[in-house]
Amino acid sequence: MSEPVFPGEAPDGLAIRVRGLRKSFGAKTVLDGVDLDIRRGEFFALLGPSGTGKTTLLRILAGLELPDAGTVLAARRRTTVYQEPRLIPARRVLANVTLGLPSSVREAGRRALAEVGLEGYGRAWPATLSGGEAQRVALARALVRDPEVLLLDEPFAALDALTRLQMQELVAELCARHRPAVVLVTHDVDEAVRLADRVVVLREGALAVDQAIDLPHPRDRDTPGFTAHRRLFLTHLGVTAAAH
Amino acid sequence: MSVSGSAPESTAVSVSGSAPESPAAAREEARGLEAPRFLGARRRPAALSVAVRIAVPLLLLAAWWYGSASGRIPPDVLAAPSAVAGALRELIATGQLTGYLLASGHRAGLGVLAGGGLGLVLGVAAGISAVGEELVDPTMQMLRAVPFLALVPLFISWFGVGETFKIVLIAVAAAIPMYAYTYLGVRNVDRKVVEAARGFGLRGHRLALGVVIPSALPSILMALRISLSVSLTGLIAAEQIGATEGIGYLVTLAQQYFRPDYMVLCILVYAALGLVFDGAIRLLERVAMPWRGHVVAR
Repeated sequence: MSEPVFPGEAPDGLAIRVRGLRKSFGAKTVLDGVDLDIRRGEFFALLGPSGTGKTTLLRILAGLELPDAGTVLAARRRTTVYQEPRLIPARRVLANVTLGLPSSVREAGRRALAEVGLEGYGRAWPATLSGGEAQRVALARALVRDPEVLLLDEPFAALDALTRLQMQELVAELCARHRPAVVLVTHDVDEAVRLADRVVVLREGALAVDQAIDLPHPRDRDTPGFTAHRRLFLTHLGVTAAAH
Repeated sequence: MSVSGSAPESTAVSVSGSAPESPAAAREEARGLEAPRFLGARRRPAALSVAVRIAVPLLLLAAWWYGSASGRIPPDVLAAPSAVAGALRELIATGQLTGYLLASGHRAGLGVLAGGGLGLVLGVAAGISAVGEELVDPTMQMLRAVPFLALVPLFISWFGVGETFKIVLIAVAAAIPMYAYTYLGVRNVDRKVVEAARGFGLRGHRLALGVVIPSALPSILMALRISLSVSLTGLIAAEQIGATEGIGYLVTLAQQYFRPDYMVLCILVYAALGLVFDGAIRLLERVAMPWRGHVVAR
């Protein structure tokens, strides 16, 4: 199995550099001196229980929150897929995908829709889409911007189990083709182990584990080594019973 | 177990912060990166916010004062602040201002209460039920197109020029915006929440009072703002005829006796009332909607 699984090429250098990042909300410190480097083309997953600042870190990278202290550097072309699709109900699907871009990208928008399996949906209204379809539109909206950094804020959390598996597959495939640096925020350990090159567990405002995952793709629970990784992360998340 | 085809660096474990790195190499690695531009709203100090809020009215006041004092604004075009202050003192000393405000407040209060109440009930009914919408909406939309001032002659012939005429005129004026905005607000209430409430057995007035009206409150309070300001217009029209007191009557006085100081004073009284209404509604918003203000984009 020496054949490259990822046909896309990962450029050299960093996509994200974070040093000494601090952020508090009132008396609660959610990020307490985080240092983090993410390489270009790296699929990075951020695990952590609710309220540990995973989403805050992602929102700082997206420019939606200001850090209290520390340096944050990121590649220029960044785009986010949120937990909800966040489509504009008053614009058709294609207009949502090419939102804020010049009209010359309409063709690229259609291609992005085709890539997420929604060819011919350009003139549909967002309200007529299912949850999974809407989330795929959100993914196309991110892809058409050719991101260097793709920020995924629990993008599968609101989907049903089957759609979630399909979406995970689609995201893995698209990221392998386009090779953005990915930051996936999730609390689903299986999802992180399945998709990511590297998983970090965030606990009490700091990185508790930082682990590369060297398993061949596609991965599932039967892939050798999957369970070991899963158990490690679950232990660090404070879940012991389910790990065995 | 084989290593995936990605570049070796991309899967290397980088234990955060502990990797030795020369400053030059670190810079090279991070070439082309930038600090994310902040897209959110920065927290502004409360004092600054208040200062900005009152700056424009204060500037207008200062310009007025300077223009009059330097003679650039002739007194017959716009009375000087001192003249207006004199007129105000005069009105306060004779007790007329209080009397006028009370008389107008009584008329506007009753009118808004009756008209606004009716508009609220009709708006909720039309918003909740299809039959209600069919019964009420076409008529209200037609009525909305009729300027309420066009009703003055008709109302005088029905009610005479007494108090009833004045209150009914204001009530009609207040009912229409209250209906329109309430209807809109009720239609925009989350249908899933209403559906769930129906599932828990809520119907009729319990559904309206417990679920629909609280959810539509932002629109209803907006409607109240507009009803209140429309009631001031109604006062001017109503108190031109058959009145001997009231802030609408004050406008008539200023016109009849050609008193520039009273003309400006009327405007200031209305402006002050606007400020009072706005403050009252803001307070009401805070009291009536305690769940707001906890909403954050997450």
